[in-house]
Amino acid sequence: MTDRIYLDHAATTAVRKEVFDYMLPFFTEHFGNPMSVHSFGRETKKYLEAARETIANCIGAEPREIMFTSSGTEADNWAIKGVLKGQSKKGKHIITSQIEHHAVLHTLEQLEQQGYEVTYLPVDREGFVDPDELKKAIRKDTILVSIMHANNEIGAIQPIDELGLICKENGIIFHVDAVQSAGVLPIDLKHLPVDLLSLSAHKFYGPKGAGALFVRKGTRIESMISGGGQERGLRGGTHNHVAIIGMGKALELAVLEMEENNKRISKLRDQLIDGLFERIPEIRLNGPRGDKRLPNNVNVSIKYIEGEGMLLHLDMLGIAASSGSACTSGSLDPSHVLLAIGLTHEIAHGSLRLSLGRENTEADVKKVLEVLPEIVKNLRSMSPLYEG
Amino acid sequence: MDYSDKVMDHFMHPRNVGEIKDADGIGEMGNAKCGDIMKLYITIEDGIITDAKFKTFGCGAAIATSSMVTELVIGKTLDEATKISNKAVADALGGLPPVKMHCSLLAADALRRAIYDYKNKNGLPVDDCDECETCCHDHHDIVEE
Ligand SMILES: Cc1ncc(COP(=O)(O)O)c(C=O)c1O
Repeated sequence: MTDRIYLDHAATTAVRKEVFDYMLPFFTEHFGNPMSVHSFGRETKKYLEAARETIANCIGAEPREIMFTSSGTEADNWAIKGVLKGQSKKGKHIITSQIEHHAVLHTLEQLEQQGYEVTYLPVDREGFVDPDELKKAIRKDTILVSIMHANNEIGAIQPIDELGLICKENGIIFHVDAVQSAGVLPIDLKHLPVDLLSLSAHKFYGPKGAGALFVRKGTRIESMISGGGQERGLRGGTHNHVAIIGMGKALELAVLEMEENNKRISKLRDQLIDGLFERIPEIRLNGPRGDKRLPNNVNVSIKYIEGEGMLLHLDMLGIAASSGSACTSGSLDPSHVLLAIGLTHEIAHGSLRLSLGRENTEADVKKVLEVLPEIVKNLRSMSPLYEG
Repeated sequence: MDYSDKVMDHFMHPRNVGEIKDADGIGEMGNAKCGDIMKLYITIEDGIITDAKFKTFGCGAAIATSSMVTELVIGKTLDEATKISNKAVADALGGLPPVKMHCSLLAADALRRAIYDYKNKNGLPVDDCDECETCCHDHHDIVEE
């Protein structure tokens, strides 16, 4: 298939050409271990540190506040588990939201088994955390709040400035999972009251295998991976310098092109949403409309049918999408995010996420609008729930 | 999802989709909460299943197993049809991914329910566990109408 259409950028993105070219010499020529003293090592180190500086600049941080990790998942794990010891005198209560990524939720579930108490803030029908709910949930023994910047399934952008301020006023560490928003939304940590922030390169056209955790100066974090002296002794393991250097380049380009890209992609997003609503009866949009939604995210629930069937049909036509149905998660429950915004199981099973990216065009949107209504019609004609 | 070619064929081109008006037996299994419902209609003449149709809300495997079970039962006697196991349905499809095996339970059980429904309506003797495999291990809640 030559003209496949990729609409799953929230899952991962292709490394863009400029980034790929930039990375190439570091596989074979500049391969030195950045911890080595010789010229090979020094050379690599120079580029590694340049990447750190670039990433810091992109999010309004100091280079020494950027710690490299292997992924967004590792950054989330580290942020949460790493601050507990320093807060042990204060307590064991953590606040998060019901719609976090599993990298956060499963980490917290693990901590619950170790005696920590976790409050899961609800979200409203559009998927927003209410800052007042956070205020109400804070206790004397609350040590950490972890709320994502933008949700990976429904694209809702959380008021992290307001939430952060509340944490600051209460002297509580605030972690933000910015894996979906980095390179897409402006992040300026000079002004944002955020202590820890997770990034992942493969979501912004960088390579897989590189992530970063911003740790604000003065925030005490414990090492999770013991080893050599990498990352100031806090995260052992020889750097994946090729991927890290690629991450720096990718974020730099994403931030440079952010405004222009968002303008174009959010237009495609709205064309897609409007077009689906015009062509498919009994459909609902999951997540908000407008500026409070990630520019690349479309998530709809289509009544009477199940998501995996839609994905398979789309896939046969070369269109890649995703769904929050149970059948795609391998469990019997549909997405926790869709349930948290109040969908019934039945409606959640019929969800479809289309996440746009740089290489998508109006022709791609047109193609989806052409084929999806037919797929829906076909699956509905098979559904015992549909009285067509 | 790694589906066999056979599964994809039955999913893309399902056989015997629809309803049978005045069906002799109807079996419904699953519920919308779990993400799959199958409704199976059968016509019976002289103890032989002469027609079967289905409507299914569910994933690719649920639709493919529904389609396969209709193919397997047409032409079978009631006794033969009762013996069609979920494994037989899965095998006829060239296997199912492990997480999808419950979909084959759904189809085999809907079949047993349809036969049970027919026997019940016609005053024929039924054993307790004739009805379905899953009521013995409670895999899916059963929708009662
Ligand atoms: C919001 C969010 N957090 C964390 C992750 C995990 O990132 P990674 O794939 O780099 O481990 C993802 C990616 O799926 C995500 O969308």
